[in-house]
Amino acid sequence: MKRYSAFAIAREALRNHTGWERAWRRATPKKKYDVIIVGAGGHGLATAYYLGKRHGIRNVAILEKGWLGGGNTGRNTTIIRSNYLQDPSAAIYEKSRSLYETMSQDLNYNVMFSPRGVMMLAQTHHEVRGYLRTAQANALQGVDTQFIGPDRVKELCPIIRLDGPRFPVLGALYQPRGGTARHDAVAWGYARACSDMGMDILQQCEVTGVRSADGKVTGVATTLGDIDCGKLAIVVAGNSGVLADMAGFRLPIESVALQALVSEPIKPAMDVVIMANTVHGYMSQSDKGEMVIGGGTDGYNNYTQRGSFHHIEETVRSLIETFPMLSRLKMLRQWGGIVDITGDRSPIISKTPLGNCFINCGWGTGGFKAIPGSGWATAEMIAQGTPGPLAAAFGLERFREGRFIDESVAAGVAH
Amino acid sequence: MLILTCPCCDVDAEETELHAGGEAHLTRFGPDSSAEDFETYLFQRENPRGVHFERWRHVYGCGKWFHAARCTATLEVFGTYSARTTEPPQDIRDRITARRPGWSWKEHS
Repeated sequence: MKRYSAFAIAREALRNHTGWERAWRRATPKKKYDVIIVGAGGHGLATAYYLGKRHGIRNVAILEKGWLGGGNTGRNTTIIRSNYLQDPSAAIYEKSRSLYETMSQDLNYNVMFSPRGVMMLAQTHHEVRGYLRTAQANALQGVDTQFIGPDRVKELCPIIRLDGPRFPVLGALYQPRGGTARHDAVAWGYARACSDMGMDILQQCEVTGVRSADGKVTGVATTLGDIDCGKLAIVVAGNSGVLADMAGFRLPIESVALQALVSEPIKPAMDVVIMANTVHGYMSQSDKGEMVIGGGTDGYNNYTQRGSFHHIEETVRSLIETFPMLSRLKMLRQWGGIVDITGDRSPIISKTPLGNCFINCGWGTGGFKAIPGSGWATAEMIAQGTPGPLAAAFGLERFREGRFIDESVAAGVAH
Repeated sequence: MLILTCPCCDVDAEETELHAGGEAHLTRFGPDSSAEDFETYLFQRENPRGVHFERWRHVYGCGKWFHAARCTATLEVFGTYSARTTEPPQDIRDRITARRPGWSWKEHS
């Protein structure tokens, strides 16, 4: 793999850019791989990357029914934070956030990680108490957050309106090291590194069946033919239920649509990420100048990758109360992704009833921020055959045993 | 916008007038049940890509609960029916079979 650098740009500028190579190889399926990962989104690619990098397992295929990073990885609002209440969540999201800090150097690919700070607004007294508690919990967990008052909020984000009619801003939970990254670049960077390690990325290769014998997976049937594997990892977010059905087990998951939208580009107006959970809205400004806006999920099961119009209206209506300057902005485009919501709103990184089949799913509305940490933990589980310290609490058995990681209470709605 | 006909008051209601109540026809388990049965009842879901049965409430209308048969892959609505049943009625099943040949009612546990 040719490294990207300032020198490489200068060199290619002098020879009319004829020397760039494809970021990842076009592969044809082999008969058998040590590990097959279904799903070439961020989580699947990160899993493959850490399998190769940390555990030396490089005979790996990553199967993708569409195109690389074309699911939720390319459809989110790119927010990265780790200010969770529960210890297992804080541990894996903080691991993830810290891996984002060095990801560009690690992958030799500019993922444009921008630690611009994340503010979660407290707009009711209940929220103030909740975030004070989270700030204390984060201090114990070693996650750098603080509760700040309205004056500091206004200082960090001058376009905000503090004395809104329904929900005045009473403070915020501020994580200065949170921020955003370029979502496509995360997928592309991991794909390039995986391909460089000799792994095969097979796009437009849909899994149509899971073959098993004696309680173990032997391979998968795909639109490109049957492929055998030593171990199988299912990392398909909204389609987890479909794959689990093929493998013969059920999941505590429902798939619903979550939408995001961007405004027309404007000059720099806001250099932090704002989340307003009481009114179901969150917003940041992209490097292109668009205001990137997300809201709540639809209430019913859906696989169509588009959501209900009234949710856009609700999200924008409530954000305008806190950001009146938005009212003059035109919205450019909207898109939807299918998110996999679990009973306790926390993810699943787990063994399955099939001995050599593993699953990573349930990231719901907050998967992008978790990509590197999730890949790290899932790779460890696949390599060792059993979940490591980061993944241990996220097993499927927690629903039977009642050991929930109750972030739906801790985080409100916007995850 | 999803539009469902409330079988209780016969009004065509848009989704903003309704509230989704999750998967229908779950078998409910009581206090003496095993941990596995409770897990199944409380958390395990069919979550199909395709024909799906759901509970809905006509919350800004007559207030009654009803069931809907829907396709989660296309958002096509096959029909709505009374919630006073433990499985989809035959006319709904026939309508689904006409639109999705080969479809079969899975016994939800």
